[in-house]
Amino acid sequence: MGSYVPSTREERQGMLEAIGLKEYSDLYRDVPRDMLLDHPLEIPSGMSELEVSRAMRAIAAKNHVFATVLRGAGAYDHYIPSIVKSIPAKEEFLTAYTPYQAEMSQGVLQSIFEYQTMICELTGMEVSNASVYDGATAAAEAAAMCRTNKRRVTRAPAAAHPDTIETIRTYCYGTGDELRIVPQKSGRTDTVALREMLTDCVASFYLQQPNFFGQLEDAEAIGQIVHEAGAMYVMGCNPIALAILKTPRDCGADVAVGEGQPLGMPLSYGGPYLGFMATTAKYMRKLPGRIVGETVDSRGERAYVLSLQAREQHIRREKASSNICSNEALCAMTAAVYMAAMGPRGMAEAARQSMAKAHYLASELCKIPGVSLRYTGAYFHEFVTEMPRVQDVLQSLEQADILGGLIVDGAILWCATEKVEKAALDKTAAIVKEVLEF
Amino acid sequence: MNYPADLKYSKSHEWVKMDGDVAVIGISDFAQDSLGDVVFINLPQEGDTVSAGEAFGDVESVKAVSDLVCPVSGTVREVNEELLDAPEKLNSDPYGAWIIKVEGITGQEELLDAAEYEAVCAVAED
Amino acid sequence: MKLIFEKSVSGRGCTLLPPCDVDSVSLPDTLRRDTPPALPEVSETELSRHYTELCHKVHGVNCGFYPLGSCTMKYNPRIDEEMAALPGFTNVHPLAPVHTVAGCREVLDTAKNYLCEISGMADMTFQPAAGAHGEFTGVMLIKQYHKARGDAKRTKIIIPDSAHGTNPATASMCGFEVVNIASAPDGCVDLEALKAALGEDTAGLMLTNPNTVGIFDEHILDITRLVHEAGGLCYYDGANLNAIMGVVRPGDMGFDCIHMNLHKTFATPHGGGGPGAGAVGCKEFLAQYLPKSALMDGGDHIQVRSFAGNFLVVVRALTYLMTLGREGIPEAAQNAVLNANYLMGRIKGTFTPAFDRICMHEFVLDLSEFKKQTGVSALDVAKSLIDYGMHPPTMYFPLIVHEALMLEPTETESRETLDWAAEVFCKLYALAHEDPDFMHNAPHNAQIGRPDEVRAARNPVLRWERA
Repeated sequence: MGSYVPSTREERQGMLEAIGLKEYSDLYRDVPRDMLLDHPLEIPSGMSELEVSRAMRAIAAKNHVFATVLRGAGAYDHYIPSIVKSIPAKEEFLTAYTPYQAEMSQGVLQSIFEYQTMICELTGMEVSNASVYDGATAAAEAAAMCRTNKRRVTRAPAAAHPDTIETIRTYCYGTGDELRIVPQKSGRTDTVALREMLTDCVASFYLQQPNFFGQLEDAEAIGQIVHEAGAMYVMGCNPIALAILKTPRDCGADVAVGEGQPLGMPLSYGGPYLGFMATTAKYMRKLPGRIVGETVDSRGERAYVLSLQAREQHIRREKASSNICSNEALCAMTAAVYMAAMGPRGMAEAARQSMAKAHYLASELCKIPGVSLRYTGAYFHEFVTEMPRVQDVLQSLEQADILGGLIVDGAILWCATEKVEKAALDKTAAIVKEVLEF
Repeated sequence: MNYPADLKYSKSHEWVKMDGDVAVIGISDFAQDSLGDVVFINLPQEGDTVSAGEAFGDVESVKAVSDLVCPVSGTVREVNEELLDAPEKLNSDPYGAWIIKVEGITGQEELLDAAEYEAVCAVAED
Repeated sequence: MKLIFEKSVSGRGCTLLPPCDVDSVSLPDTLRRDTPPALPEVSETELSRHYTELCHKVHGVNCGFYPLGSCTMKYNPRIDEEMAALPGFTNVHPLAPVHTVAGCREVLDTAKNYLCEISGMADMTFQPAAGAHGEFTGVMLIKQYHKARGDAKRTKIIIPDSAHGTNPATASMCGFEVVNIASAPDGCVDLEALKAALGEDTAGLMLTNPNTVGIFDEHILDITRLVHEAGGLCYYDGANLNAIMGVVRPGDMGFDCIHMNLHKTFATPHGGGGPGAGAVGCKEFLAQYLPKSALMDGGDHIQVRSFAGNFLVVVRALTYLMTLGREGIPEAAQNAVLNANYLMGRIKGTFTPAFDRICMHEFVLDLSEFKKQTGVSALDVAKSLIDYGMHPPTMYFPLIVHEALMLEPTETESRETLDWAAEVFCKLYALAHEDPDFMHNAPHNAQIGRPDEVRAARNPVLRWERA
């Protein structure tokens, strides 16, 4: 049996005696007798470290790691620099608690302050929080923070990630607020429908940029429509794209959110990921979650603390606008290390290359008879193709150790990142051609 | 601790002064002392309706939030926006730093005079 | 210490990507960014040293004693990290074909089986990313349950005033009105207050047992029975599970749904504030209301975040569960309780426990009399502990004890560490009587002196700006 309890049997007996007790059951005197488990748990016996290692590795071996990943849809396979893996693995960062005691946690607090600054730079916003659970919850929290007494309704586009929509819907269901979906037209948000749906009880409209289909929305124009209707504008953006894409701030967004996974977190079967949230100075106090602020200490030296805590649940309790307690601190640090390692040029390069490779793949695929783009607007690194026999195509790709795009409404949503080599893209096109010609 | 005689007080530690038909409202010296350093105040908007005995805003210190309870019912005529940039005035000058002015008064809570209020605070301190 | 931006020199960087091997493409003009983001430009050497410097200003549980009440800061095993870094777990897309991710399904199913057995539940989700997120999910199960029954009257959730702030905040987020009930003098649920609060409008009760003062409420079966008789459901906040796992099961106490903090009880690392995982378990009749992912699972369910949850955190927890197994789980709980009682026994000669009785895995010290005598507050004591290299215990929680310090040593501390901790407390007790001023100004040897939190809140500076 594996154990992390240091004390030996003798030591434990000594400690029991020191407090005047004889056995462990004396410690549980307050528990009604018939509630105590009278049999061992029906789980396997504990194991030594070597046995556990074998068992877990055997489970991991049942997963297939594809050599080439051409699937995105909310989880992106970017190159993760080695230093981005090694820094967050340092034991101090890994095993520290939330930095409530500033005098012992300047390392964590400063790293979050740096992360907040970087997110502000990426989004063009003035204030960022220390992160929330993921992009979907960030969108839901943003919808909540935009509500006022008079305006409570949320609008979100059909062109957003289905998991994001359902998460917003669940949070709205919680507070009894309405969510309605603005339809898409040709793969982008239908602005005519949007205008009609922005009634005077609408608190905010959430736009995903690029959207679920990879299409680039007319974010600035949509922002104007939203503001004309007196609602707030939330944009959920891909953080790699933001290295070269017009910032949410410049598009008029009041709140910028997004999924931070592309910033150095592996695919990890969906988590842990990272939700970033940033806003203008005007809405600073409406941001949920932890925020680190700069101050001075008793000696007049610069210092960092968790600040504006009066927004949070441990103080406001039932009057808090969110119950969020933890953030994704280590993931936020990972993102900060990634952004610092890549720098502005590296991030722009990752963005440009992702975009270039996706466009190359699209053009090679569209050379094949029977294959065409479903949506023809400008796109970043994802696109949707129409083609027959999508299942056969994906299966053949799988046999060549390539994870092809995701089937969406009978078509395929492809993604390419800077990590994919031209040879793999050519091979993909060749296999698709072969399958469709057959 | 300061209890100006020309003001009326509520049991929840707000002070009220009538300026014609308009009620001027703030928090007492006892209140600011209990709160500690005020870091932020959440104010209502001009035109909002307020009700006697109900919260019309709140005051934040670093570690706590306290409701501001309205001593009167009516409509908010004016809000002291200076407090948004300088909330510390509530600590340094609680009787000078008014918070809201209310007009169209339709009702009020039981209000105490300075002596009665001082007695309430003495009990609260124990 | 400088910020990374202050070490940045224009033109510096790392060479991480090869040149692009396909033709470049441009964004349409209207969508292009005006100016590049002002991210740091540093070499790998500087980046590495910067984080090493930061690392020296961080205290983790693997570095020293961390008796934070209600946080269960137990040792984070290294093998858990190694398993969570296996490419077979990290390099798998959540939307990959099901037959290529059998290992992931096995991790989730196996962890579910272990945790359902430990908690006495029938089904479980790992979608919630943290404890509070798990609370939200659990209360949403209750909400859906009443809605399905067509019972729209049930608008209230009962919560003891000793509860963690996330409980009432969660109830509000789920659209319920919070009914706070005062605790009895012994810190447990006041049954009369509970009876008075129960009615046809009761949706449910949120409770943790052992409670937030570290005491096992022996009337728990009465409590859950009363709530059920009134037509409500019982939600268990699993933050204190470390005291009882393998010894008592929340399902046997009458709870209908529960959340567990994998980053507390099941040893996954706190990471400076996340990522955690808030596994939510429930009895069979609530299983249909568990959240799912629209893209992964389809169907009509609530959803609390994207995909399946913090998968790598579950990998760590499963590694830990397999290591401890049938014997190790209760052993951990029993020794957590033993360590807490032992430490309390060593300290109570000086500081006063709020409740002088057998505690569970944590205990609360009441420093209100001590403060009256010496003028030294719980905060001053906490800050003074920092000078001894000990992370302070939880301060000023729960709210029902004044000048509270809550200590939870956990089972992974040795007797020497506990003896040392008790000695430090004794030293501080004496110091408070001799030189209270010294303690008012503590810490003296830490990374910084006491920060000016008032200034931080009045004049928020929340990002670095180039001068």
